[in-house]
Amino acid sequence: MTTATEGTGSAVAQEPGVYEAGSTDLLRFATAGSVDDGKSTLIGRLLFDSKTIFEDQLESVEQVSKDRGNDYTDLALLTDGLRSEREQGITIDVAYRYFATPKRKFIIADTPGHIQYTRNMVTGASTADVALILVDARKGVLEQSRRHTFLATLLGVPHVVVCVNKMDLVDYSEEVFENIRHEFTEFAARLRVPDMTFIPVSALKGDNVVDRSENMPWYEGTTLLSHLERLHVASDRNLVDVRFPVQYVIRPQQNDARDYRGYAGTVASGVMKPGDRVLTLPSGLESTIESIDTADGPVDEAYPPMSVTVRLTDEIDISRGDMICRPNNAPTVTQDIDAQICWMDESASLTQGKKYAIKHTTRWARAMVKGINYRVDVNTLHRDEEVTEIKLNEIARVKLRVTQPLFVDQYQTNRQTGSFILVDESTNRTVAAGMIGAVAHGY
Amino acid sequence: MKSHVLSQLRSLEAEAIHIMREVVAEMQRPVLMFSGGKDSIVMLHLAAKAFAPARIPFPILHVDTGLNFQTVLDCRDRWASRLGVQLVVASVPEAIDRGLVQEEPNGSRNRIQTPVLLEALEKHGFDAAFGGGRRDEEKARAKERVFSFRDDFGQWDPKNQRPEIWNLYNGRVHMGESIRVFPLSNWTELDIWSYIEAEDIDLPDLYLAREREVVNRGGMLYEVNEFTPLKEGETAEVRLTRYRTVGDANLTACVESEATTMRQVVEEVAAVRLTERGATRGDDKVSEAAMEDRKKEGYF
Repeated sequence: MTTATEGTGSAVAQEPGVYEAGSTDLLRFATAGSVDDGKSTLIGRLLFDSKTIFEDQLESVEQVSKDRGNDYTDLALLTDGLRSEREQGITIDVAYRYFATPKRKFIIADTPGHIQYTRNMVTGASTADVALILVDARKGVLEQSRRHTFLATLLGVPHVVVCVNKMDLVDYSEEVFENIRHEFTEFAARLRVPDMTFIPVSALKGDNVVDRSENMPWYEGTTLLSHLERLHVASDRNLVDVRFPVQYVIRPQQNDARDYRGYAGTVASGVMKPGDRVLTLPSGLESTIESIDTADGPVDEAYPPMSVTVRLTDEIDISRGDMICRPNNAPTVTQDIDAQICWMDESASLTQGKKYAIKHTTRWARAMVKGINYRVDVNTLHRDEEVTEIKLNEIARVKLRVTQPLFVDQYQTNRQTGSFILVDESTNRTVAAGMIGAVAHGY
Repeated sequence: MKSHVLSQLRSLEAEAIHIMREVVAEMQRPVLMFSGGKDSIVMLHLAAKAFAPARIPFPILHVDTGLNFQTVLDCRDRWASRLGVQLVVASVPEAIDRGLVQEEPNGSRNRIQTPVLLEALEKHGFDAAFGGGRRDEEKARAKERVFSFRDDFGQWDPKNQRPEIWNLYNGRVHMGESIRVFPLSNWTELDIWSYIEAEDIDLPDLYLAREREVVNRGGMLYEVNEFTPLKEGETAEVRLTRYRTVGDANLTACVESEATTMRQVVEEVAAVRLTERGATRGDDKVSEAAMEDRKKEGYF
């Protein structure tokens, strides 16, 4: 756990990058914080200072700010999307923002920080490489800071960046920053945070967001944008365990390709090559990869998140929901699932004995709740083992019995094959997100 | 040792293909909503890639407002015949004739195409419709799901959308309900153009700059043609222009540009300082919440 140290903020986006098909990569990050932390302002600042905001968007925001009698152009208005939210002045749902620098394209999942919206943070963090957590320098580490860090950890987000915001309101004090960093580091040590970085910023004034602050000479780390541009995320992916959930079988009903039979899907993890010996589940039959096809022709290898079509040397009966892996490295085949779940539905709750549809990779089945082990208080991480009902925004460890075998890995080693959703069969609503075997660590 | 890092454009491509395959695997009767614009052409190109060497396993639906540039219709027909895909056309003029919808005073058929679309979806029993919407286009779209649930009136309720976690999409619907699916959700305008260039995608020639006879109306440049003839007192001038978006011919403005090749378009888009809708679509200027309102009614 360090401050961001390498280099200085030289990587300021001069102009939005013109990029070739192969020249930049993608970084997804989720932001968490309440309205008061200045999260929307921070995102507005990133977009504005990286020159992603268009003139007409800025004009509209400047006008609204003037109409409201604000002293500053309220950059938060750039990201408050729906009219109902603007009227209430709060962000109520996950919103996605995009910006690019010559080095990277960024996708921001902007999630609200209120307690009732845990599900939004879970949604945003599920695909994130980085969780950006905001702390108000005047208030220090609050309950919600702990909650956000816990959720980021639960969802397996590999990098956490803590922005200590509103440094301008504490006279850019090094001591304030260091105290917060110390306190944060102490409680985070009890969670499993693989990589954690602290940056002192003022989103309102622009210090250390894109441009280096002249007000904090004591800070030797990088700016937020520079840190996000340089963060090494390639090694976060699982390139070891080959997991290829079959999504769709391509069998052309046309004269020019009648004998073609390919298994289309997205590589969940691992690297696949033609000639590799493979095991197919649930049949247990082995074969060899004949070819890995794309519309642009066959490829030498396939790795996540490529969408490809695999052909095998043997005619095996394989359909959607099956899994292709390696004979000596297969997922667990099981009908009994132990998982952490986040309950996401306001109109119904989870109790023992209830039945749901479950979607795991490309496979649907039905699941029954065999038991609730405990509920985790997301603020204190206290486990309540007496609980009999799980409601909106609650996190719990449950046991499920599934009607047909699933091919699973632990969520901590594989976010693709370790995750599932539960769907209410009467309303069709997605009611829960599940992480297999994920264990919450206490403070 | 290879890095095994997929470039951002190829990641977006892979994601779009994954989404399309997921819909075809799970839904009863998908359709691709084709407007003739660059986004829907990119979507069609991706669909062809997703199911190769098989043909695209769903039809495409074009809501023809009767106000299309001829070059857009020509391009549409070229694509349909090359890919061997079934083309379904729902006609707005025909819907006006039989009284389903009424012409609006300002001549915009943007609003009235919604009932025509909904009727076509219902008539053919389409339970999933691919749209080319992108989250970067407009604030109301930033919160749109990839799988966007619509009730049996085709309406969007921002408060009743399903959470989307990981890439586990839930397309389950009851009879009469449907989903709109946006495979290009995470693409930006620059991504679209970079991809068009990288893949050498066939577009209507409107997108490239050439000299056009235009008239300036409130800062917007409209080409002088059968849809937007000169009004009394106006004067036309010849300018080098291209189109950034292609909507109804009577409402879509062009922008001054020297980009006569796709490479130049990409460079221009990378440097441009106005959103594409703000710059060229008269119909979106009505109010800041215009898009939110139209979406609730069942707009694309």
